Amino acid sequence: MSPVLDIRGLRVALRDGTRLVDDVSLHVDAGEIVGLVGESGSGKSMTAYAALGLFPTPHARIAGGEIRLDGTDLASLTPAAWRAVRGARIGMVFQDPSSFLDPLLPVGRQIAEAFYAHGQGREAPARVSALLEQVELPASAAARYPHELSGGQKQRVLIAAALAMRPALLIADEPTTALDVSVQAGILDLLKRLRADLGLAVLLITHDLGVIAQTCSRVYVMYAGQIVESAPTAALFRAPRHPYTLGLLASLLSPAVRQEALFSIPGTVPPARAMPDGCRFHPRCPLSLPDPCAARPPPLRAHGPGEDRCWRADEAATAWA
Amino acid sequence: MRAAALGWFVLRRLLHAVPLLFCVVVLNYALIASTPGDPVTVLVGDFPAPAEYKTQVRHDYGLDQPIPVQVARYVTRVLHGDLGYSFANRQPVLSLIAGRLAATLELTATALGFSSLLGIALGVLSARRPDGVLDRAVRGLATAGYALPEFWVGQMLILVFAIWLGWLPSQGAHAIRGVAPGWAGIADGVRHLILPALALSLRYLALIARITRGAMLEVLGADFILAARARGASERAVLIGHALRNAAAPVITVIGFNLGFILAGSALIETVFGWPGIGRLLFDSIGSRDYPTMMGILLVVSATVVAANLATDILHRMLDPRVG
Repeated sequence: MSPVLDIRGLRVALRDGTRLVDDVSLHVDAGEIVGLVGESGSGKSMTAYAALGLFPTPHARIAGGEIRLDGTDLASLTPAAWRAVRGARIGMVFQDPSSFLDPLLPVGRQIAEAFYAHGQGREAPARVSALLEQVELPASAAARYPHELSGGQKQRVLIAAALAMRPALLIADEPTTALDVSVQAGILDLLKRLRADLGLAVLLITHDLGVIAQTCSRVYVMYAGQIVESAPTAALFRAPRHPYTLGLLASLLSPAVRQEALFSIPGTVPPARAMPDGCRFHPRCPLSLPDPCAARPPPLRAHGPGEDRCWRADEAATAWA
Repeated sequence: MRAAALGWFVLRRLLHAVPLLFCVVVLNYALIASTPGDPVTVLVGDFPAPAEYKTQVRHDYGLDQPIPVQVARYVTRVLHGDLGYSFANRQPVLSLIAGRLAATLELTATALGFSSLLGIALGVLSARRPDGVLDRAVRGLATAGYALPEFWVGQMLILVFAIWLGWLPSQGAHAIRGVAPGWAGIADGVRHLILPALALSLRYLALIARITRGAMLEVLGADFILAARARGASERAVLIGHALRNAAAPVITVIGFNLGFILAGSALIETVFGWPGIGRLLFDSIGSRDYPTMMGILLVVSATVVAANLATDILHRMLDPRVG
């Protein structure tokens, strides 16, 4: 079966040439929730926005690669044709439901917006109640304004709006980050149920490996604009092969278990304008060597069902085991 | 529920307006009464009238009373719908103003409507592509429109369009021969309206375009705009349905706030264009120390400003569910 979303060699750059996303390839199949994990600034959200052909900053643009949705390369579409895809075949859920809902419009209108945008306005009133029911909200919620709803309810509204046109792909950008812990589990359960009921392909972007563990079948780990490791979720948690993944996993462990010297990640993600030579992670990596790590950029190599981008992946895997 | 709340709000604000207007009347009277100059001079003329005659006139008009008593008398008369008697025009002020108000409303409403609609449109288009060709043009126009004094613009418009090109009339609200019946009369009225309305609009057009542009740019950077685009909303739906709606609050405030200035500005424009409105009447009444007329006009203008502020607040509440 061909994947619903198939991104190949995607590059996103600012107008001055700074690369925010560099040669990213990933795919999401129907009925599958795939995680894209990384620190802020790793380029994971930019990858997601690229699939919509929209960027939160006007200076970013797609500089290369293919974004195939059910086989069609979106990157080659005209702006009008890409708009016809947004909200119809790809739905997007955002991080902070409070700021991503228009404060002056009843939420029902915002759920119905996709119908009007894609020429199905006449069906909107009937479909909005069904959509609200699907995300476990009462039909009366349609007349409410965003400020009258809780954070979790607002996120459900955004999910309903994203699902309005029955898209094949749902992109969820940190959908639980702005919510209370008690509400997060409900939203993740909802995403899992929708995947099963509707056969949705879901790309879940998060910095939280705990969220990945609860929901995703496969994971891509991004660092400094690149995929550094990918694997089925169970394999990634059991046998990580990239030192960066090790660090992320170690941060979930209790301090007593953590072997500080090896598994903590000092420093921060390098800025996109000043990428280090060689492996982009080597300045922060406890396993790095002057050669090859600091000298040559490592290629992304297949390993079992996954891939990793590390000269010393075998040593890293051994160290974790 | 919201309709009832809005009703109470309007009632409360109307009750607030009563003491406000009362203060305006008292202040106007006190200010004018304390200016130098004797209205009796206007009435009896400049020639040396006998002192007894002047005293008699002062007594007839109650001008020999202390100012607080005069104010109290004036307020009582205003409450009875009597704005006093114009010495200069030998006519009750109320009928004097009533006869001129329609012409002023025609001029100011046209100017306000034109500058609001075009200003909002230019602001929206300008914000669509910041630093684009249209945006630069609008910004240049806005700076010029705001910097040029309106009476000078009026005179230039007369020079170019009435005198050099001869396309449009320069004076009055209709042809001197009289008002023609039917469509011809309306067309004639419109031809007379264009230049003064344009001169009066320019400043507010510039202001409204700038405010709209700024508010739109701010809203267009908001997350919910990105969310609407992610749903496939068209550029038009994003600009009008989301951005303009959210940008409307400051624009409405500026329009409401400037209504008073447009009325004040119409005094100059009506004078330049010989427009038979209350603005020109105010100008003339200042020249002739016609105090009752001045105060009557100031009262009407104040009431209009209070009403405009109220309308602004009501619009705000209708647009934004979070207010009130």
